[in-house]
Order: sequence, then C-alpha cells, then structure tokens
Amino acid sequence: MFSYTFQWKQALKALPQMLDGALVTLQIALLSMAIGLVIAIILTLFRMSGNRILSGFATAWVEIARNTPALFQIYMAHFGLGSFGIHLSPFTSLLVGIVFNNAGYLAENFRGALKAIPDTQTRAGRSLGMSSLQAFRLIVMPQMLRIAFLPVTNQMVWAILMTSLGVTVGMNTDLTGVTQDLNARSFRTFEFFAIAAVIYYVIAKAVTLAARAFASRMFRY
Amino acid sequence: MIEIENVRKSFGELEVLKGINLTVDKGEVLTVIGGSGSGKSTLLTCINGLEPIDAGRIVIDGTDVHAKSTNLNKLRQKVGIVFQQWNAFPHLTVLENVMLAPRKVLGLSKAEAEAIAVRQLTHVGLAEKLSVYPNRMSGGQQQRMAIARALAMSPEYMLFDEVTSALDPMLVGEVLDTLRMLASEGMTMICVTHEMKFAREVSDRVAFFHQGVMAEIAPPEQLFDAPQHAETKKFLAATH
Ligand SMILES: Nc1ncnc2c1ncn2[C@@H]1O[C@H](COP(=O)(O)OP(=O)(O)OP(=O)(O)O)[C@@H](O)[C@H]1O
Ligand SMILES: [Mg+2]
Repeated sequence: MFSYTFQWKQALKALPQMLDGALVTLQIALLSMAIGLVIAIILTLFRMSGNRILSGFATAWVEIARNTPALFQIYMAHFGLGSFGIHLSPFTSLLVGIVFNNAGYLAENFRGALKAIPDTQTRAGRSLGMSSLQAFRLIVMPQMLRIAFLPVTNQMVWAILMTSLGVTVGMNTDLTGVTQDLNARSFRTFEFFAIAAVIYYVIAKAVTLAARAFASRMFRY
Repeated sequence: MIEIENVRKSFGELEVLKGINLTVDKGEVLTVIGGSGSGKSTLLTCINGLEPIDAGRIVIDGTDVHAKSTNLNKLRQKVGIVFQQWNAFPHLTVLENVMLAPRKVLGLSKAEAEAIAVRQLTHVGLAEKLSVYPNRMSGGQQQRMAIARALAMSPEYMLFDEVTSALDPMLVGEVLDTLRMLASEGMTMICVTHEMKFAREVSDRVAFFHQGVMAEIAPPEQLFDAPQHAETKKFLAATH
C-alpha cells in the first residue's frame, strides 16, 4: 500500500503545460466575474424596480443560484441546454454555469449592501435633477460596490475554484482539465494534483491580495 | 414664482397638508415655522415633486409640478433643496460632490463644472476643503457643502428644510450666515426653520403652520410682535 514512489521530476516537467492551463482557468474566472458583476447589478435593479415580473425573475435567479449545486448549474448549461438543441462548447458551458452562480451570489451581496445606504442618498441625487438610474449609477452603486467588496472578492476566489468543475463537461484546457489528462497518461495522481493544488492556491491568494491593494487605492474615504 | 393652490396631501389615513394656498414671488424670502408634524417638510418635498400631492396644484413659473407631462428632473435643476441631514456623497471629495450634478445632469465639461464648483465652494467658505472627503468635515462644513452643491446647478429657487437642526449649536451660525448671504443676493428662498431670530431678520414674510394648515402668514414684525392666530401666539410663547 505504501509502495508508491514519488516522481516529482517527471511531474514537474509538465509544469509549463499546467501553467498554460492555469491561464485558461484565470481567464474563465475573470470573465465570469466581469459578466457576473454586470448581471448582478441588473438583477439588483430588477429587484429594486418594484415591477413584479422583473423582481420575481431576479429573485428566482438568486434563489436557484444560491441553493443548488454549482456542478448542476454547469451541467444544465451543457447537457440541459443541449436537450433543447443549444449546444455549448465545454468552455462556454463552464463560463455560463459560473456566470449564473456568480450573478446570483453577487446580487444577494448587493442587496445586503444596499440596506446600509440610506434612501436619502438617492433623494439627494434626485433633488439635483438626476434620473433614478443616474442616482443609482453615480451615487448608490459606488457605495454598494465598496460595502460588498469583501464578499465580491470571496466570490472571485470561489469562481476560480469552481472552474475545476469544467472537467465534468469535457473541459480539458483549464488547469484541472490539463492535470486530469496528464494523470490519465501517467497515473502520477498525487504529484500532478498536488502541483495543481499549489497553483490554485497561489492564484487564489494572488487575486485576494490584488483585490486588497486595489481596494486601498480605490476606497480612500 | 411659486404658486401653491389648495394643496392636499395624505400619508395613508393621516392628512398632512389640508389645503395650502401660498404664492412666493421671485426674490422673496419666506420662512416657515410651526410645530413638529405640522407638514412643513412635506410641503417642501411636494414643491420640487419628490412627493406627489392628492389635490390642488403647485405651479412654478407656469409649470405644473405634478402634471404627468412635467419633466421633474428638469424642474429640479431650477428648484434646489437642502435637507436637515446634508446627505454628502461619502465616496466623493467635496469638489466632486459639487461637480457631479453639473457634469452629469447639465452635461458641462469637467473644466466648466470644476470652475462652478470651486466658485460655489469658495462662496460658502470651503475653498480650503476641495480635495477632502466629507467624513473629514464637521456637520456645519458638510451642510455648507450641500448648499454649494445645490447652488452649483444655478437654481432660481432654493428650499431649505431645517438645515441647522442637526448641527451642534456652535456650528449653526456659519450655516445661517450662508443663508443670510444668499438672501441678500436676492435668491428666492423658502426656509423651514426653528431659528426665530434668523427668521425675523431675513424674511420678507413668515408663515406659521399648524396641523397641516397655514394658520397665519405675515411680515416678520407683524407675525412675531402681533400674531393674530391663537395657535401662533401659543407656539411663539413656547419657543421664546
Ligand atoms: N413618508 C411618510 N410616510 C408617512 N408619514 C409621513 C411621511 N412623511 C411625513 N409623514 C408624517 O406627516 C406628518 C408631517 O410631517 P412633516 O415631516 O411634513 O412635518 P414637519 O412639519 O416637517 O415636522 P418637523 O418639524 O418634525 O420636521 C408627520 O406626522 C409625519 O409623521
Ligand atoms: Mg420637517
């Protein structure tokens, strides 16, 4: 049982390949965050709109995204839509699944943040002649993003880790996909996944630190 | 000219304005006094259309504020309002607070908006504070910033709702001085206030509100020295 001999040298040879995969991982995570943020802001506006249909739609999205497994969300984007004749590539399905998840969680974070911003802020903007959308965009949203900054950063880390679920829909170019392929060819399971884990860790940490640096530059009040 | 005709307004069961009739001429300074809950704030928010009314009309320079066809965003550029709570935008510097609406609402260039903002902030004595964030300033300074922010839109009318009530007594004077300056410059103003001395000094007329009714309106000497209405007498006795 303990006859397994580590072969780090062989595994490390694959490092450049894995780093290429890491780049794809980062790319999906960043893209999913950017799109997720935009959709989350739209969902937040829907929920504030007072329109039953719009706010119902947004609430349903948030509820489903937060209360079903992320894996199912990605499956649905790939196989679920596939049953309706919409065939997305593994890359796109993974992206769609994570965007769905991100948008739901972020919208919920935004709702919490909005509670901390008094209505009088909007009122002050409106009384200067701003439209309600202008007051939201120029006054409420910047404050909301600041208050929700920490949970947004957490979601970014979560998005990075969620990309590993892509293998289940045939994704083979991201870090987990590449690692899985290497493993299938060599059976150096422990080495490859240990290296991949370290890379995930480094990316996640780097993103957190970058976010913190960004925050301290941006939020000077 | 602001014409208020038989305006009624309720919140649920509670009728807060019970048929207000009032005309404010260009260049006039009107102060509004009255007990808590008498409808003073509500009247101001109805004047610039932040609150709808149930009956009557408010007409500003020929524009019916509450008509469906009225562009309220446009109208509000003409009617500035400053509240008891100054509502500084915390994420913007003092200069940015004042520049925001001229840029985004009036569509001025950055340089134009900045010139206006600097002028208004200098006017209210905040020239030294341009790049400071509001939370680094006293309440009085933040309130003066809020006044500059409203003035930067070049309004023709200004509404002030107890702008000194949330301030430390020490800081009341500097804000009242700002209002006095505006009054002396000919700004048309409606000031809700509890500062009787100030009201007497700056007003052309003083209106006394009681339970949703404008019980009395008169020049300050008359209203303060020879009030006609029993409730006015009671109120003034209680505040002196
Ligand atoms: N948005 C609202 N919803 C429900 N009731 C309201 C609302 N705004 C004001 N009221 C009620 O209307 C009445 C008049 O309020 P208003 O704020 O106009 O009084 P005020 O004369 O400004 O009093 P104060 O001197 O305390 O500021 C009060 O009884 C108040 O509770
Ligand atoms: Mg009031």
